[in-house]
Amino acid sequence: MARPPIEQKEVSGATIPDSYLEYEHRSFGMDHDRYDWSLLTRRKPVKWPNGARVALWVNVAFEFFPLDTPAKPFKALGGMVTSYPDLRHFSLRDYGNRVGVFRVMDALDAAGISKVTGAFNSNVARRYPYLVDQVNGRGWEIMANGVDMAKLHYTGLDADQEKAQVKESLSTLREMSGQPVKGWLSPGRSESWDTPDYIAAEGVEYFCDWINDDMPYPFRTKSGEIVAMPHQHWIDDSMVWLHYKHKEQDFVDQVVDQFDLMYDESGREGGRIMAITIHPWMSGQPHRIKYLEEALNYIGKHADVWNATGYEIMQEWKKQQ
Amino acid sequence: MKADLGLYEYLPWNARPSIKWPNGAKVAFWVAPNIEYYEIDPPVNPLRTPWGKPTPDVVPYSERDHGNRVGHWRMMDVMDRYNLRGSISLSVALLDHHPEIIEACKERNWEFFSHGIYNTRYSYAMTEVQEQAIITDSIDNVQKHTGQRIAGYLAPALTHTERTMDLLAKNGILYTCDLFIDDQPFPVNVKEGRFISIPYSLEMNDIIVYNGSMVPPRRYADMLKANFDRLRADGAKNGTVMCIPLHAYAVGQGHRLAAFEDALKYITGHDDVWVATGREIAEYYYEHYYDEYVQAIKDFKKKHPARI
Repeated sequence: MARPPIEQKEVSGATIPDSYLEYEHRSFGMDHDRYDWSLLTRRKPVKWPNGARVALWVNVAFEFFPLDTPAKPFKALGGMVTSYPDLRHFSLRDYGNRVGVFRVMDALDAAGISKVTGAFNSNVARRYPYLVDQVNGRGWEIMANGVDMAKLHYTGLDADQEKAQVKESLSTLREMSGQPVKGWLSPGRSESWDTPDYIAAEGVEYFCDWINDDMPYPFRTKSGEIVAMPHQHWIDDSMVWLHYKHKEQDFVDQVVDQFDLMYDESGREGGRIMAITIHPWMSGQPHRIKYLEEALNYIGKHADVWNATGYEIMQEWKKQQ
Repeated sequence: MKADLGLYEYLPWNARPSIKWPNGAKVAFWVAPNIEYYEIDPPVNPLRTPWGKPTPDVVPYSERDHGNRVGHWRMMDVMDRYNLRGSISLSVALLDHHPEIIEACKERNWEFFSHGIYNTRYSYAMTEVQEQAIITDSIDNVQKHTGQRIAGYLAPALTHTERTMDLLAKNGILYTCDLFIDDQPFPVNVKEGRFISIPYSLEMNDIIVYNGSMVPPRRYADMLKANFDRLRADGAKNGTVMCIPLHAYAVGQGHRLAAFEDALKYITGHDDVWVATGREIAEYYYEHYYDEYVQAIKDFKKKHPARI
């Protein structure tokens, strides 16, 4: 996703300063201080409860895409497409909150998956308190997914504005759900340089924006270390079907291949995590739900899988570090 | 700017000498993992913007980091199972950042060649002195860390100047991966010395297939097999080269490994394949075919002169 755009620019007259050949961060490890360079294969193996090989972490997205979403600096996947008012994309996204999510819940029930994390835009909670009650009633964890899909976090956003978005999201979700809400996913997985500091200052213990690992790892902030969790990105249903425009069955194949590899690696290298991200506006469509069911059932058939919420997986991992 | 840099001569497929690979192999097969470092906040370049969003562009930056932390080790593991040595297109700064990867590749006797210093530093508009500095940096640092003299070059992020090929030849580099003109090695016109292109492939390049053409993994395996089948069939008459250019951050994702393994198993299951590295293919060609091809080019030109 998001290959850097390659533009055709005028070369004549362009010059490159000699300083362009100086490499300030050319040394061991990463070129920033947020986390340490670490090889997955050389870490202490993790053991999940009851000897499970794979922890199954299912995320369901509760998203609100406002009609007046600005196109700049960029739009999150699923954002508005046409000139205002883009009722067709607006309503197609909100379909998930009205209809799709209930099909997804049925599919999860049928596969015996009861521990789930719901990633909520706080504006979904405000618009539909009923969904918060439904999720609470099922014992799902609520994770914060910012304010809504138009309120992005990025370098260039005013710092006070960004802090206010973090607070609005977390305090609304905590108040409405009664849950501590310790997890964070930025809308569109986008961050400014300071986002990790702002969320940690508000009591977030784990977050999910970075896609550089298949296991949790410690991430430094100004308020101490938090945990970066491997939230599913590549075979998230909206990536597969909307971004990549793959066929329905391709979603199942990729989930199965991912699970098999995680399962296989866990036999040699210790516990692994199978993360699944579901957008009810995508998977909850009548013609797609059976593919989600097929993928979930495949995983559900395996006995040595530990189904848990993000917070539970994070806690278990942390205990063993 | 020029319409054509004149880097190669026209010598069509059906009018050229026949290549025979060692032991009668029909296809020379090489795997070229790009082992890259992308900087989180690289300096501004007037001709290309490294990241699509304001930095830190978390998704693509961390996507690439996954290749080094996780994906490389899976990709290498699969290649080990099929006795495949990689020819590494290396961001030379990775020698400093991630020595564990370099050590693992050295242990397996993989070949290292240069892919610039970082994949976020571009060559466009560089002076000769600046571009030479990158080549010198590459030669010296790869030698220092691996003991190998680089034989090949793939320009960083495929960014060039008009004189890139001349400079590579002048520095004793044997081959470029930057020209997609052929299914066989081919002489490249340079100011001094001899120089060749060997087939790398954009069409079979995992990142282009996955993130450019948005192909699902099992279909990528089908594409690789189809590519191999045809090159092998054509190679019965005139030896061909198949290259799979890789990026651990693409092919090393959990949901893509099985498809990659499926393709490697298929290809290496044939006994008329010469599994080689970039240097081995280049050296074999220089020794056996370079002169013959240069002569064939001259003869063809005389017989079919261009009218421009």
